[in-house]
Amino acid sequence: MLSPPLWLLAELTYRCPLHCVYCSNPLDYHACDRELTTAEWIRVLREARAAGAVQLGLSGGEPLARGDLEIIVGEARALGFYSNLITSGVGLDQPRAAALRKAGLDHVQLSFQDSTRELNDFLSHSRTFDLKLAVARTLKAEGYPIVLNVVLHRHNLDHIEKILEMAQRLEVDFLELANVQFYGWALLNRAHLLPTADQLARAEQAVQRFRARHGEQMRIYFVVADYHERRPKRCMNGWGAVFMVITPDGLALPCHQARIIPHLQFPSVRDFSIPEIWNNSAAFNHFRGDAWVREPCRSCPEWQQDRGGCRCQAWLLTGDAAATDPVCELAPGHDRVVAALNATAGATRGPLRFRDDAASRQFIIEARRARHGR
Amino acid sequence: MNQLDSAAIPALAPHYRLQWEPAQNAHVLLYPEGMIRLSPSAAEIMRRIDGSASVEQIVVALEAVYAGADLRADVVEFLTVAAARGWLRMRQRA
Ligand code: SF4
Ligand code: SF4
Repeated sequence: MLSPPLWLLAELTYRCPLHCVYCSNPLDYHACDRELTTAEWIRVLREARAAGAVQLGLSGGEPLARGDLEIIVGEARALGFYSNLITSGVGLDQPRAAALRKAGLDHVQLSFQDSTRELNDFLSHSRTFDLKLAVARTLKAEGYPIVLNVVLHRHNLDHIEKILEMAQRLEVDFLELANVQFYGWALLNRAHLLPTADQLARAEQAVQRFRARHGEQMRIYFVVADYHERRPKRCMNGWGAVFMVITPDGLALPCHQARIIPHLQFPSVRDFSIPEIWNNSAAFNHFRGDAWVREPCRSCPEWQQDRGGCRCQAWLLTGDAAATDPVCELAPGHDRVVAALNATAGATRGPLRFRDDAASRQFIIEARRARHGR
Repeated sequence: MNQLDSAAIPALAPHYRLQWEPAQNAHVLLYPEGMIRLSPSAAEIMRRIDGSASVEQIVVALEAVYAGADLRADVVEFLTVAAARGWLRMRQRA
């Protein structure tokens, strides 16, 4: 029997005041012009909760850009969701933090780009470092459990000790050290962001030393740099297993990135109910079970462990979403990952591309041209 | 493992929430990005943790419901493990 969609991620908007070079939003996010209304979100929450969803992530873009966030949070609390606001902090002043707490928000995941003002503000192309520090203190005063999230890559991995100290000083409950995953804008900027194996090893040692010195008072989660691994990540516990994303314009996806796979038709919550989508849609059923699995995964003893890795990464790197995730050393496409790792040594990197509306519009135009063969 | 003082007062750690989950047919503990499904006996203990009842009072309350059973060792063991996992905070009576 199908297990329920335990974890619902509501991407409330693609609007965001930051311009992070590793943003995981789609390159053509600017084509999304009809966000779900408050009433539509509330219907989604009710249906998902009735279908067994319990964890709710409220993300984006910057979810605080939605003026109805308090209403959505209140409804989530009344329904029994455990809700998490995933935010850059911009727009989270004291009155709003208090109002959201009162509405029933359970915890907040606050992102920092780095432990230094210079790099934080450079990577997000915004002056937000001091503001984020203030937000962390406000959240603490309001009694929120805080997850501090830092995306790690070539430019900040060497600051890991300072990042750990900053998190400790801010007295956060959890620190998520998330090595950058190469989708969206991060893939575009991959040559700039891919770390070296040495950097990763040093960072991991620093985290171990920190744990040995300070124990588990602050829990540290480490998201591995999958390009440097020998095996792929077990993505979202498998396609359509526990996780559902709803995009700002109402598409239901089995993982954050899935809308980039062009031959899958993702259903909209405007046309179908959550149970219909979860149980019956072709897109959610597409990579369930193992009928679709190819060699070398099909006869591999490790299949149950990693389920062949990430479908979106397979698509992005090989053009075949059913292929073995090229991160795996046994994958026929593994040379793509090796080439990317080797290329970071070279000098031909091109410009760093910041996530913003103008760049997104440009991608939309280019994609249209490509489709029409011009 | 530390000896648990029977006068100590357990409370749920701030970022955990205990609730009945119909879809799981079980009590669950919710926390940032995770969920623990509790066994019926664990749920019986957790439901009696309110930040004012002591370990002793919880044992007595449970033994009143399950007459004749000696639950002390089981309750103490569960609370010790739960505290070590960070689900609970222990406070001594002032
Ligand atoms: S990664 Fe940066 S730009 Fe992208 S949504 Fe998050 S804060 Fe905004
Ligand atoms: S071949 Fe497939 S199943 Fe085997 S380890 Fe690699 S990705 Fe996993």
